[in-house]
Amino acid sequence: MSNNTETKDAPYKPTSPNSKLDFESVWEYAPAPQSSDFVEVKEQYNLFIGGKFVKPSKGRYFKSTNPATQEEITEFAEATQKDVDNAVKAARKAYEGEWSRISAKERGKYLYRIARMLQERAREFAVLESMDGGKPIRESRDVDIPLVAAYFFYYAGWADKLEYAFPGKKPKPLGVCGQIIPWNFPLLMLAWKIAPALACGNTVVLKPAETTSLTALKFAELVKDCGLPDGVINIVTGAGQTGAEIVNHKDIDKVAFTGSTNVGKIIQKSLAGTDKKYTLELGGKGALVVFEDAPIDQAVEGIINAIYFNQGHVCCAGSRLLVQEGVADKVIAKLKDRLETLIVGDPMDKNTDIGAINSKEQFETVNKYLELGVEEGADIYQSKCDIPDNGYFIRPTLFTNVSQSNRVVQEEIFGPVLTVQTFRTADEGIEKANNTPYGLASGVWTDKGSKIFKMGSKMRAGVIWANTYNKFDPTSPFGGYKESGVGREGGLHGLAAYTKI
Amino acid sequence: MKYPDFNHTIPIDNVGVEERVSRLNKRSIKKESKVQALKLALSMIDLTTLEGKDSPGKVIQLCKKAKQPHPSMPNLPTVAAVCVYPSMVGVAKKELKGTDINVASVATAFPSGQAPLSMRLEDTKYAVSEGADEIDMVISRGAFLKGDFELVFDEIAAVKEACGDAHLKVILETGELYTYENVRKASDLAMHAGADFIKTSTGKMSPAATQPVTLVMLEAIRDFYYKTDKMIGMKPAGGIRTAKQAIQYLVIVKETLGAAWLTNEYFRFGASSLTNDLLMQIVKQDTGHYQSLDYFSAD
Repeated sequence: MSNNTETKDAPYKPTSPNSKLDFESVWEYAPAPQSSDFVEVKEQYNLFIGGKFVKPSKGRYFKSTNPATQEEITEFAEATQKDVDNAVKAARKAYEGEWSRISAKERGKYLYRIARMLQERAREFAVLESMDGGKPIRESRDVDIPLVAAYFFYYAGWADKLEYAFPGKKPKPLGVCGQIIPWNFPLLMLAWKIAPALACGNTVVLKPAETTSLTALKFAELVKDCGLPDGVINIVTGAGQTGAEIVNHKDIDKVAFTGSTNVGKIIQKSLAGTDKKYTLELGGKGALVVFEDAPIDQAVEGIINAIYFNQGHVCCAGSRLLVQEGVADKVIAKLKDRLETLIVGDPMDKNTDIGAINSKEQFETVNKYLELGVEEGADIYQSKCDIPDNGYFIRPTLFTNVSQSNRVVQEEIFGPVLTVQTFRTADEGIEKANNTPYGLASGVWTDKGSKIFKMGSKMRAGVIWANTYNKFDPTSPFGGYKESGVGREGGLHGLAAYTKI
Repeated sequence: MKYPDFNHTIPIDNVGVEERVSRLNKRSIKKESKVQALKLALSMIDLTTLEGKDSPGKVIQLCKKAKQPHPSMPNLPTVAAVCVYPSMVGVAKKELKGTDINVASVATAFPSGQAPLSMRLEDTKYAVSEGADEIDMVISRGAFLKGDFELVFDEIAAVKEACGDAHLKVILETGELYTYENVRKASDLAMHAGADFIKTSTGKMSPAATQPVTLVMLEAIRDFYYKTDKMIGMKPAGGIRTAKQAIQYLVIVKETLGAAWLTNEYFRFGASSLTNDLLMQIVKQDTGHYQSLDYFSAD
């Protein structure tokens, strides 16, 4: 079945560009596929509990597919209550046993070892990440995996220096941490969760997302190879129900969740009245505020990075462009031209800019929003690029002629869809930027330093990038205001979330 | 045409420009697209010799190389032009008679431009009278940095007039302009004053052409085209020695300005040693083996 028919039947037609520039070149790039024959994928993956790969107690498995080809890659075990209980017990045993007896310096050594092993096998992990999740190999190779190693290196350094991180305190670990991660940056989110938890002396039970569990289980193999004591890291696969078992398990001391705001609210409710600590990193609807005095060509590039990075599957994606009226036409025209040079297609091709939408479910969600935008009266613009016949692909999209009251402006789409609004004064820009239940990230483009600081202090977002977007660094805390989350990950703040001080 | 206020500076973000270039450098150009790019780059070369010791003999040998880059592959494209000092224009013109290869001449007291305007114009007229098809002039960087934009503008316009039918390439000598914002401003100035091409460097100082500078200039060309419908050419010059670099430049052009600029009518490389590296790579793609430099003519 071709999914493209669904797009073709949609109530809108892909618009063709009105640019004077012609990007349909006589000189086209030949396919440059990343080889994947050196990567081994088993037919079936089991749960990783207590240092061993064990079959799920109910014997159920679910399939994992490559979203770019819709081919089955492998199958994962479905962890049920008993399995989660076993995992928590293994984590508890390790926490009270060997892991608490080794010195902080030794803990750090294990993390350094994991980081180095990840670097050695970086290309393998990059290939798996793209195969399983649909993200372009350029991103998994140049962004995801290098950052994964960087987070492990960073928190490895803190392991034996916690008393310097929190002067005058005696930081203690929390215990067993239940961690649930999303499908947009599978291995990177694993690193954000596991690295600080282990650095502080905790043990973990981690559940990867059901559509992207492959790298987590490859990581489990790496953990086994590196000789980490059994039970310090446990990985259980499954869908929402498995996650709920972790959250509600009575012997979990802390819950760390990254995912949708809806699920985050459910988790928060179920944790009410318990003494479990929690951090939640949820949705977003980031605003990109572009002033008249901005470096326009670089702002356009920043906007492209903000919304089309990882198919727009980024919680901090800048999905609302707010552009000052004086330069709006210029910015929109340039954006449209730039869309024409984005290459959409095979995630394993080194030249691909936008890969496959992560799953059928998400593909349908994004398409629903495209239809909704048109129904709401917005003007839709898509690049005329070719997209593959199979797999879940969506052309990079702009919605113009929208306002704050449109649902495509208010709701997180989590796809390659940007809405464009205009503003006249800085105050209006701030008001519109903040007029959302979310508050994860924002961007400002201006040549004027003082304006950056003014905007930065008034915009209610956990991260504000100036003249750039989607820059990540292990030393920098990340997290949201309002419905975008509770607590911070990364940096010292991220360390504090895994200690009793 | 309405001229912009050159006292107004168009902001350019250094980090953004350099990031864009590094992302474009990640394009992986393989197989037939590589062969195509190598041949395209060869056809865009301004084969250059600009030395005090240049002699008719040297220039004649260079022209022969221009006409027949690699005798064992007779079907390769020729280079776009041979670029020499005014005194050598006559020699080159005679040697290239009957070919499509242009003769380009540097003029206007190249490379410093530190001579009275009247002499610079004479220099230009002489080169044109000797048969130059293209003139590569230098701008007065001192006046530009001093903020005397009107003077720089008028000088370019005067040289353009002296060129007659010859195409004018305006060398900004970006290595002496220091900031991307200055590069942008000088590009705008040159285009409005009548340049047919804008060119990065004389090749006589370091840094010569860089990819970020080229991107800034291409974006200036793009804005000028949006505004006026007029296509201006681009010539990075100096420091481009390898086929790999040349392909990276072509990617930048393709993704900034599109297909129309991917011809030697609108894009040139000012280079000499680049030719042999391109030839080496073309032979490698053809035969699967690298040959030693001894198999390629040294001219």
